[in-house]
Amino acid sequence: MKLLSKLYIALILIFLYAPILVMFIFSFNSAESVWVFEGFSLDWYKELIFNTTMLNALQHTLIIAILSAFISTVLGTAAAIGILQLRKKITKSLVMSVTNIPMMNADIVTGISLMLLFVFFGKLLGLTESLGFFTVLIAHITFNLPYVILSVMPKLQQTDSHLPEAALDLGCTPLQAFFKVVLPSIMPGVFSGFIMAFTLSLDDFVISYFTCGHYQTLPIVIYNMTKKTVTPDAYALSTIIFVAVFVLLILYNTMQNKSERKVAKR
Amino acid sequence: MKNENIVSLKNISVAFDGETVLDDISIDIHNGEFITLLGPSGCGKTTTLRIIAGFVEPQNGDVFFDDNKINGVPAHKRQVNTIFQRYALFPHLNVYENVAFGLRIKKTPEAELDAKVKDMLRLVNLTGLEKRKIDTLSGGQQQRVAIARAIANNPKVLLLDEPLAALDLKLRKDMQTELKKIQQQLGITFIFVTHDQEEALSMSDRVVVMDNGKIQQIGTPKDIYNEPKNAFVADFIGESNILDGVMLCDRLAEFSGKKFECLDGGFEKNEPVDVVVRPEDVDIVPLEKGMLEGVVTSITFLGVHYEIIVDIGGFKWMIQTTDEQFVGDRVGLYIEPDAIHIMKKSEYSGKYGDYSSYSEEIDHLSDVEEEEN
Repeated sequence: MKLLSKLYIALILIFLYAPILVMFIFSFNSAESVWVFEGFSLDWYKELIFNTTMLNALQHTLIIAILSAFISTVLGTAAAIGILQLRKKITKSLVMSVTNIPMMNADIVTGISLMLLFVFFGKLLGLTESLGFFTVLIAHITFNLPYVILSVMPKLQQTDSHLPEAALDLGCTPLQAFFKVVLPSIMPGVFSGFIMAFTLSLDDFVISYFTCGHYQTLPIVIYNMTKKTVTPDAYALSTIIFVAVFVLLILYNTMQNKSERKVAKR
Repeated sequence: MKNENIVSLKNISVAFDGETVLDDISIDIHNGEFITLLGPSGCGKTTTLRIIAGFVEPQNGDVFFDDNKINGVPAHKRQVNTIFQRYALFPHLNVYENVAFGLRIKKTPEAELDAKVKDMLRLVNLTGLEKRKIDTLSGGQQQRVAIARAIANNPKVLLLDEPLAALDLKLRKDMQTELKKIQQQLGITFIFVTHDQEEALSMSDRVVVMDNGKIQQIGTPKDIYNEPKNAFVADFIGESNILDGVMLCDRLAEFSGKKFECLDGGFEKNEPVDVVVRPEDVDIVPLEKGMLEGVVTSITFLGVHYEIIVDIGGFKWMIQTTDEQFVGDRVGLYIEPDAIHIMKKSEYSGKYGDYSSYSEEIDHLSDVEEEEN
């Protein structure tokens, strides 16, 4: 029985990670073949460095991911504080549902509706090209926001509501009270919200596809490549992205565990 | 003395969402005194404290601090500090930094700050725990950090919002003595909020008894206990038998169908009054010597004394005595003239002071304080 359950888990893990493993291995293939591993080489990684389209796209992706994660973390934290201070329960749950919609909504719907909005406003402002850096940034902030709110909210609820008052009492201005007392005590939530937003933005395809115009992010460039043939330098790039996300995920989980252990101790 | 009153509240009224919390309250708080706001949960005592701290703005009335009107002055600009109910210590800072917090905000020079923090930690017996995290401290230790953090800023007035409510009985008693000692050592004004009447009596110079957003009585603990103004105060502070009576003339009252000599006067002839007799002031005597007689209906041993309930003509008296009695015994009661206290009738008349539905459990339940806002 025990053996069977172990086997079962092994099977699940294989199905989950076999594709990534294959990609990982073939990113080190010296030949272009997808089925024969001819020998170990870092050629494709070298190739990648000279592939300007891909590097440009990578740069776009990182800029968008960092900016959108940062902005949505600031906005989301402010929103979480505001929502918790709402007095009436009905308004509170109403606001929460509204902010959660972008998370529940199908990406394709969010993508198309955002594109329509952007094009509409672009025409209104008389722009020749309405889609680009700003639209994709706004789109990413939109779908990141609920995740940040959901990750900050529980931390805020855990902190003693008298903390900001205690800071004011000891001579802080309201702004000092926030930065010196409230923010440090909700920092784990804010940080995990940031990482969540960053990874979501990093691998978003559908919404970016509709809103990026010429400011193409990496997933879109790779998708466009598949219309011709995929060269192994795409494997190399995907491997790098996978490793990066994997590291972030581990960081996120250790943060989470640490703060949970703190709560348990209390 | 130049400023006899450090804090004055004049005709303060507050309502939250249309519900009256404070109804025309005026208190003068003297410089250097230990004053306690005492009352059941929801009586408005915490709101009064928060008005002085600057967290609540009164809709009506004025707040004076050192003879200056401070309505509208934000909390961080007031020279008062607060000890919160659950301490509200900063979890991301250690003990030392918590105590130093207010001084750092004021940009105190490092050497002075260090000396002050060490001084404070010595005062509350926490020397050696400077580097400890807040969540590794016991409740009593956290309490001490909260005290040190508040008084490190040299406040003229310290506000304490049920600071001992979260501690167990033994620790609470120790902290009561310690707080009183600290207050005397520093000579600053303490405004203390509690629902525990014993705590209020043992620590305070003056007690303000509140109920329903109104002040019922202000006085020294002795005044409040011996000369309660109405049935609410008499019942809330200690145990009382409160009877319906008539003041026949000065120094002569009638209740329970008998006439009694007393020390009170100044009432109208035949004015209906409330009569208070404390359970410890009633003596149990043989039937023939008694002024009243009744039947023992219950008896509880409490260690120091017995608490017995005696039925006299349908009204149940509580009597504390060291002599054991038995249920069903007929006993005589003797009351000295100075044990009788006469009060004017009030809205509370008839609501308190009869022990016919008395049960210890109910008494303890009413001690549980709910969160008050």
